[in-house]
Amino acid sequence: MSDVVERTLTALPSLLSSDPSPGRPSSTSKLGTLIRGITELTSKHDEEKLIQRELVSIKEQVSSPNTTMRQMKELMVRAVYCEMLGYEASFSYIHAIKLAQQGTALDKRVGYLAVSLFLNESHELLLLLVNTVLKDLQSTNLIEVCMALTVVGQVFPKDMIPAILPMVEEKLNHPKEIIRRKAVLALYKFYLIAPNQVQHIHSKFRKALCDKDPGVMSASLHIYLEMVTEKPESYKDLVVSFVTILKQVVGGKLPIDFNYHSVPAPWLQIQLLRILSLLGKNDRSTSEMMYEVLDESLRRAEMNHNITYAILFECVKTIYTIHPKAELLEKAAKCIGNFVLSPKINLKYLGLKALTYVVQQDANLALQHQMTIIECLDHADLIIKRETLELLFRITNGQNVKVIVEKLLEFLRHSKDDYVTIDLGGKVTELAEKYAPDNSWFIRTMNTVFLLVGDQMQPDIPNSFLRLLSEGFESAEEDQQLRLLAVDSYVSLLQEQPARLPQRFLQVISWVLGEYSSVKEGLEPATVLRLLAPLLDLRHCSSETKSWVLAAMTKLSAGPACLSVAQELAERHGGSLDTTLRQRLHELQHLASDGELLRRVLPCSDGLEPLEVDSTLSFLDGFVSEALAAGAAPYKPPHQRQEELAQEKALSVEPYGLSLPLSLSSSSIAGRLSPTVLSMSSGLSGNSTELSPKGGSALRLEGVTRVWGKEGYLAKAALKPEEAAKTEVPCPLSVLQEGGSAPRTPVVSLPAPAPGPSLQAEREKQQLASCLFMGLGSQGAAGPCLMGKAEPTRHGFRKKVKGQGSSSGARGPSGDSASSSPSPLSAQSAMDNLLCSSPLDSGSTPSPADSAPSPADSAPSPADSATSPADPAPHLPHDLPANNRPCDAQEDLTEDTDTSETVVEGNSVAVVDPYDPEPLCLSPHLPEELCGLPRSEIRPLCRDASLVLSACCVRTDHSSLLVVFVSNASDSAARRFALQMTSGDLEVSRVRGGPEEEEEHVEGHSVAVYQYSLVPTRPSVHMELAGRASYQRPDGEPQSTPFSYGLSLPDFIRPLSVSTEEYGRLWLASSNDIKQNLALLSQEPDPLRATLHRLRDRLQLNVVDIIASEGIVACQLLQGPPCLMHCRLNAGCLAVWLRSSLPELPDCLLYHCQRALAQH
Amino acid sequence: MIKFVLMVNRQGQTRLSRYYQPVELGKRAALEADVVRGCLYRKKEECSFVEYKDFKLVYRHYASLYIVVGITESENELSVYELVHNFVEVLDKYFSRVVSPIMFNMDKVHIILDEMIQNGHVVETNHSRILAPLSALDTLAHS
Repeated sequence: MSDVVERTLTALPSLLSSDPSPGRPSSTSKLGTLIRGITELTSKHDEEKLIQRELVSIKEQVSSPNTTMRQMKELMVRAVYCEMLGYEASFSYIHAIKLAQQGTALDKRVGYLAVSLFLNESHELLLLLVNTVLKDLQSTNLIEVCMALTVVGQVFPKDMIPAILPMVEEKLNHPKEIIRRKAVLALYKFYLIAPNQVQHIHSKFRKALCDKDPGVMSASLHIYLEMVTEKPESYKDLVVSFVTILKQVVGGKLPIDFNYHSVPAPWLQIQLLRILSLLGKNDRSTSEMMYEVLDESLRRAEMNHNITYAILFECVKTIYTIHPKAELLEKAAKCIGNFVLSPKINLKYLGLKALTYVVQQDANLALQHQMTIIECLDHADLIIKRETLELLFRITNGQNVKVIVEKLLEFLRHSKDDYVTIDLGGKVTELAEKYAPDNSWFIRTMNTVFLLVGDQMQPDIPNSFLRLLSEGFESAEEDQQLRLLAVDSYVSLLQEQPARLPQRFLQVISWVLGEYSSVKEGLEPATVLRLLAPLLDLRHCSSETKSWVLAAMTKLSAGPACLSVAQELAERHGGSLDTTLRQRLHELQHLASDGELLRRVLPCSDGLEPLEVDSTLSFLDGFVSEALAAGAAPYKPPHQRQEELAQEKALSVEPYGLSLPLSLSSSSIAGRLSPTVLSMSSGLSGNSTELSPKGGSALRLEGVTRVWGKEGYLAKAALKPEEAAKTEVPCPLSVLQEGGSAPRTPVVSLPAPAPGPSLQAEREKQQLASCLFMGLGSQGAAGPCLMGKAEPTRHGFRKKVKGQGSSSGARGPSGDSASSSPSPLSAQSAMDNLLCSSPLDSGSTPSPADSAPSPADSAPSPADSATSPADPAPHLPHDLPANNRPCDAQEDLTEDTDTSETVVEGNSVAVVDPYDPEPLCLSPHLPEELCGLPRSEIRPLCRDASLVLSACCVRTDHSSLLVVFVSNASDSAARRFALQMTSGDLEVSRVRGGPEEEEEHVEGHSVAVYQYSLVPTRPSVHMELAGRASYQRPDGEPQSTPFSYGLSLPDFIRPLSVSTEEYGRLWLASSNDIKQNLALLSQEPDPLRATLHRLRDRLQLNVVDIIASEGIVACQLLQGPPCLMHCRLNAGCLAVWLRSSLPELPDCLLYHCQRALAQH
Repeated sequence: MIKFVLMVNRQGQTRLSRYYQPVELGKRAALEADVVRGCLYRKKEECSFVEYKDFKLVYRHYASLYIVVGITESENELSVYELVHNFVEVLDKYFSRVVSPIMFNMDKVHIILDEMIQNGHVVETNHSRILAPLSALDTLAHS
């Protein structure tokens, strides 16, 4: 910081001092008194008492009618202060709104301020603010307009944006710059919370970007940064503008008051550089346009001040992000060098951060600064040290992995921060799995990680470690060696001090010994049993760990020696209160005494045949339904119980807020399923171990990318602990049967492995450097891992990808749908043929209403098979509103045609029963462009002496069309024919031809076709269309026939294709929800999938994703908002949770889901 | 982006807080205590940036007052560090006429901060423009 500024600020301390200064007369401000009071207190308890007293007095005064606005302002400030200290002052929220409404000038501003501090976006009271904002936006007082725009830019209810949007837009043309600027910022807020609402004003953003006032222009950059981040390719044409602006700013063209310490608008420069880096990324031609201005930025920012360094840092980042240019890279590298070498610690930090960012592209740079990096590694400031480790993590390769991991572990040993411990533990594991130079190092390193990170560890670390051991690599010899090393080291660990080992580690040890102790020649199972047995006595050993220990012992228990250990244990722990423990002890005892049974239950096989396990436990369905019939409560998995508990407490539980992104990541697929697994293994008998979902998607982590990448697994680690508790059991259980135990031989006791590689060289920095930076730079064949070069190391401890359970399954729905349903087009044409030929078959079919819905009907008529649910794709599902009887009746194109013919011929009846069957084959009259589209059956609307009206609903991607066929069977034309239709639920508009009232003629013996587009005005389960057909009979007599047509919601539902991430966002954005249990198609092999696919086929929903026992489904109301559905298997039902921004939509859709699943 | 701005006295008592990402009221006190622990006891020669969970803290110390800003990983620490100073300069400029301690005018400090940072982004750094609305209000009050 410049010294000048420091001096100007020397006066500041006294001003900023909030503590009472001795010589000064006490302030009269009540807030001052409050603050002083609090400052003087020493205990939290006193503070609480004081604040509660304060709140009571505020509460009294705010509700008094005599309180003036000035006093109200004072009270609000105090209420804000109390709430800031963590004491809720919700009674004052409404008064804050009142103050904003009724106050003037500063009082009003404070009212708005309090509102923005008190209320969040979704608070219902915020709606009361809308009118005030509206009024102030219209005010002639600019200060009030300004206030209103400020608060809109901070907090505003999303649903009310349309109410003020036009007014805010209008302000973009205001003569005052501050109003324009605030309006742009308000729009920025709208863009953040509801991007769709401001889509139409993108051109106005451009205008704001070109505003003559630099303030308005820079405000618009916030919107652009957001938009460019989302979709850089759409804004490439603006690169020139951004470059020009930056050039002008750098060149000092802005008014002088935009300078900060003589640097022109530094934050604006930084913002522009960020936008440019996004635009220039992976785009050579765009990048080329920036080189010049970047060069100039580097050149200009030479003043020695923090803010110029901040600009330089951003500049360097940009240069390394966009398409590279050697000359610029060189300058940027020099710049980083200056940072790293700077004596100023903040700069050094920034230099390390830049270096970390840059080594991905230029490992040589790390090489250049290796000595500095070594120094930083021993820096007194932990922050610097940690940043250095982050850098080292990025430059790790097969050659330096030992040294770097040792450095990381060293930090880990001294770390007191849980977050850091978990993070580093994960990083070490990642490096070890990726670059381990040899097996023994790998085992040693993992042992240290298990010991140091302990039970806060990410649950997938032990999981993947065990998977690695069990699945092995390409060479069986290597695998055996790895297992042998593990067994060796665990045996010696148990011989030393098992009491200090963390639970997770004990579980890993137990599993490995149970599975692989046979690998070691001469290690007697009974010896292992004796090593494991004391673990059961450990006080800190959780019952879960004990289960692992016993499971391992059971696997090994062959021979009389083992039997005696088993009996010993049974005596000692037989009285335990833990039923699971007792159960397992019994099993152990039993199996130890019966070798034959043991071999059958836990067969020894070295083959790694994955077992097909029925993870849904469908074979228990009979048992469950019996129990349910007998009155048992339906089973709920623990996580659901928790959820319900949480909901009862009315906490905000947003399943997609945190858990959705998680549930899609690899580790949490296991995490989400595991509770069920856990409860299964504990709830059922001990034998359930064998049922564990080896084949279930939950545990198949192979082929799934690891959680942490370049950025580490920062965000997630914080969320892990609770999941950690859940995932423990499944892995080893799942592999329980995988490897059997082979020959068992006597014990050899082994020397303990060295706890870590000895680093004599450590003292010599130079030597350390050569170790650390080995393999870096141009000479090394092995680039740093992140550069993506080929690795020469022997092991990629994770290269093997076997199986593909969950990941592929979860991503499959689109593929499924493509393969499972017949092409609508061909099916449609087939159906047309069938429909046309149907009259020929008339009479041959019995009551079609009965036979139609049965796909299994042995002798279906062609019409039946066309309408049966077996191929629902080309059909519109029609659910029976009252007036839909024609639909049902009409499934009988087959019914005898005599009656209708008489009607036509008889030429006598005025209006006959409109529900009479339709004799004519009308589908060939369907307009050509609509052929092949899914549609409902053509059914009669009404008929009279000469005309028969029929209609069907055709579904296109973006509309629903009602096609009306007017068949004139008489000899004479129906003159001046007109159709009128109205509906309370639908907007009806004629698609082709002139206005609806237009009069036309329908010639004799012809069919006229009319098309109407239908758009629902509001969703409802059934929608009715009332109409009237009028024309003139040949004798000039006007004739008019009413009709009605029933439609249902699915006619207006379209699949919504979204990605899972978008789905998560939409979910959070939708406010109206409804939950219900639906029947499951439980006879199907995969009930969830089958059920969702049934919904997809019947209701045109899009199955976005299916993960384990959950599925997400999305659809959209025609020209309306989306409706989202989250489904979960639950106690033989499908628990669905629907959400939409339209209140009625979930309700209506749910009704149709129920119907779709009820019909078989 | 900026997650929050805190002003804390030497005893670790919060004098002003502004969150740009929703944090439940009940969790704020714990967060603030954590943040204060992370910053207050650092030595002068140590780095002004501190890692805290998955984000970072940038702090600056003025007399008995600490200003701590929580930022995301992608934010430029040094620019925020200077932003804090800019904020203090504006406070200095505005309150140089005021007799009582700045924190007794918490509302005005908030108003100034709101002009500078909105939704976690720096929206204005020009001193006169930051102060314009507040000055206008003052003129209105005196006239």
